[in-house]
Amino acid sequence: MNMMKTMAAGAAVTIGVATAAHADCGIASGNVSVLANDFPALHAVVSKAEECASSTVTFSKNHTTEHRDIQVAAMTANPSEYTTAIVANSSVVPLLNGGLIRPLDDLVAKHGQNLKKNQLITIDGKIMAIAFMANAQHLVVRKDILDEVGLDVPETYEDVLAAAEAIEAAGVMEHPFAMLTMSDWNLGEEFVNMYLGHGGEFFKPGTAEPAVNNEKGIATLNMLKALVEYSNPDFLTYNTGVVAPIWESGNLAMAQMWGSSMGQLLDDEGSTEEVVSGTLPVGAMTVAGGTTPASSLWWDGFTIAVNISDEDAEATFLAMLNGISNEMVMEEGNNDKAVWLMDAYKPGIAAAGIAATAAAGADPYPMLPYMGLLHGAFFAELPDFLQGNESAEQTLADIEAAYITAAKEKGFLQ
Amino acid sequence: MKHKTFFWFILPSLAAMLLFIAMPLVSVAIQSLFVEHDQVLIEVENCTPFKCESSVAVDQEATAALREERPLGQFNALGTYTNRSHLAFAEVREAWNASGSLYEFGAQLMNLPFYKALAFTITYTAVVTPFVIVLGLAIALGVNALPQLVKGPTIFCSLLPMIVTPLIGSLILFWMVDADGILGAALQRIFDDDQLSLKASHSLTWIMLIVYGIWHSAPFSFIVFYAGLQTVPQETLEAAQIDGATRWQRVRYVVVPYMTPLVVFITLMQLMDNFRVFEPIVGFSASAKATSLSWIIFNDLRGGDIQLFGSAAATSLLTILGVVVLLMPVLIRTWQEFGRKVV
Repeated sequence: MNMMKTMAAGAAVTIGVATAAHADCGIASGNVSVLANDFPALHAVVSKAEECASSTVTFSKNHTTEHRDIQVAAMTANPSEYTTAIVANSSVVPLLNGGLIRPLDDLVAKHGQNLKKNQLITIDGKIMAIAFMANAQHLVVRKDILDEVGLDVPETYEDVLAAAEAIEAAGVMEHPFAMLTMSDWNLGEEFVNMYLGHGGEFFKPGTAEPAVNNEKGIATLNMLKALVEYSNPDFLTYNTGVVAPIWESGNLAMAQMWGSSMGQLLDDEGSTEEVVSGTLPVGAMTVAGGTTPASSLWWDGFTIAVNISDEDAEATFLAMLNGISNEMVMEEGNNDKAVWLMDAYKPGIAAAGIAATAAAGADPYPMLPYMGLLHGAFFAELPDFLQGNESAEQTLADIEAAYITAAKEKGFLQ
Repeated sequence: MKHKTFFWFILPSLAAMLLFIAMPLVSVAIQSLFVEHDQVLIEVENCTPFKCESSVAVDQEATAALREERPLGQFNALGTYTNRSHLAFAEVREAWNASGSLYEFGAQLMNLPFYKALAFTITYTAVVTPFVIVLGLAIALGVNALPQLVKGPTIFCSLLPMIVTPLIGSLILFWMVDADGILGAALQRIFDDDQLSLKASHSLTWIMLIVYGIWHSAPFSFIVFYAGLQTVPQETLEAAQIDGATRWQRVRYVVVPYMTPLVVFITLMQLMDNFRVFEPIVGFSASAKATSLSWIIFNDLRGGDIQLFGSAAATSLLTILGVVVLLMPVLIRTWQEFGRKVV
């Protein structure tokens, strides 16, 4: 009898796998080709979409961290190399600027009954992308170490400075704080976050003219510099790949990191029980008495290329809908890979930081056509200031000068 | 060889050169003279999962029409070359007028991305090239004097730095000099300073990159010199020995003069390679302390969400110009020697 049960269960599993491998996504035929960044949450989505492959539906995928650099060229080709690109706030902009992705209104009307209103990214009233996950940088703390020095969980960056000072003074750690300050895109993002926390505006309203050379810009720079004083002197080489292992080795007490990294910090691999049990994601900090968190909100979503046939567009849309379905979220281990926007998602501790940051009213990262150029100017000019080689005023003037040069070349400024 | 035979012989490689090197170069040169059209911007209402807000977007139809009309963009002549990201004429003039001393002028010059990169590029080239030649010759002489049995393995080991992919080689060294790495920790111990970090200090980063460059390129000059050593005529060496020349004198007055053409060859290759230094800067994440011309090109194309093709093209041509200037003395010498031989 027992053996019968086992066999029956085995058969059921086999059938389950078989049906999963040939999921009926309602696609008659077509080509689906996905370009996406390379991290676990996107692997979950694309693998689920891949189940739509059949004898009449071809499926190919390319997960690469270089996706931003190839997407424009690949989708300018006609027919496009990829039928869909998975993008975020900033990487969708070059596709929009080039007119390389199609409005999805008709496809959403036809097939998107289960999508929620907040998943629809609309530009000028047209749906251009379907979002499926949210992300943001926020603080993560070691509660046990804060308890040791008798301090509460910080709520502002001023608290963070005080706590870092206390931890250093107590001799618990030499460099208790870290943020993602590698002198590339990462460092630019830290400036953006801190400047938003100070309530700053990046551009003169309605124009592409920069407006960061002001009091708030100076305050932003000074706060960043004060923070990296408590960071390892190697801070200009710190990205997620560097900071996460240092955290797991127990050599950090507070860090500003991506919400999507929390799963790695809180799982039972690569760290000790002591570090993991003390690790507590909290929301993004406010700064200088402001109420807006010093962080920016990000979404990830899929787009559909312009330069493909309508048949392929529909096939791709249906496959991606399967990829971001509730079933995907409910599959083993997928729930905690991201903060999903789908209904089936059950927020766990790893999502607490992002949820708190969004609830506190953080601003989304600006989806402006020229924001990428200003972001580039931030990380090109910031290291000089953070290493103490020049004044805050000079750095801000340099940032604006570098941005204006690039914006002129791109035709955003005359 | 008859001219006609020679022509047919070289045609395939000539065609490949034209197609894959000369034509792209011309295209890059043309692109560097243009900037993009004035973008037509419109006010739009954007909605994201978080909120709706009014924003700005590029007007697709208007921009498409402009692109159709003039696909290359707007003619900008040498504007890109003289802007702040490149030769920065206006900024240099202003710095010259505003600064009281040469030192102050230099400091202001180093605030401009192109000159900052040029300073490192030239320093790197000027230091690495002679070291590579001297070190390569020394290793070659050393290996040449070894007994036959250990020669093979020694040659292989000496070539390892060149066999290892530059990016991997620099990453390995990067991890070793980490504060928790074997070299970094050892240095902290030796100097009894736990704040000492090769990655954090400006000058130490430069030294690290230069040492890496020498380590990586020395095998190249070693193997060329080693091959050259095999052809040094034994009779001359023996004659010198009979005349009572010491080992040093034999090297100085027989081997080195015999090697001069190889020195010229290695100098040419090294000047070209070192002026285009790039991988170690990425591998060592050193862009905050040291940038090179090649790194600027990379950053224009891959640094952010928006690619600056015109800017990258201008830097590329300036790099080529730099290489030509560097090679000029060597080329002139070779040309003169060629002329002498023909006469």
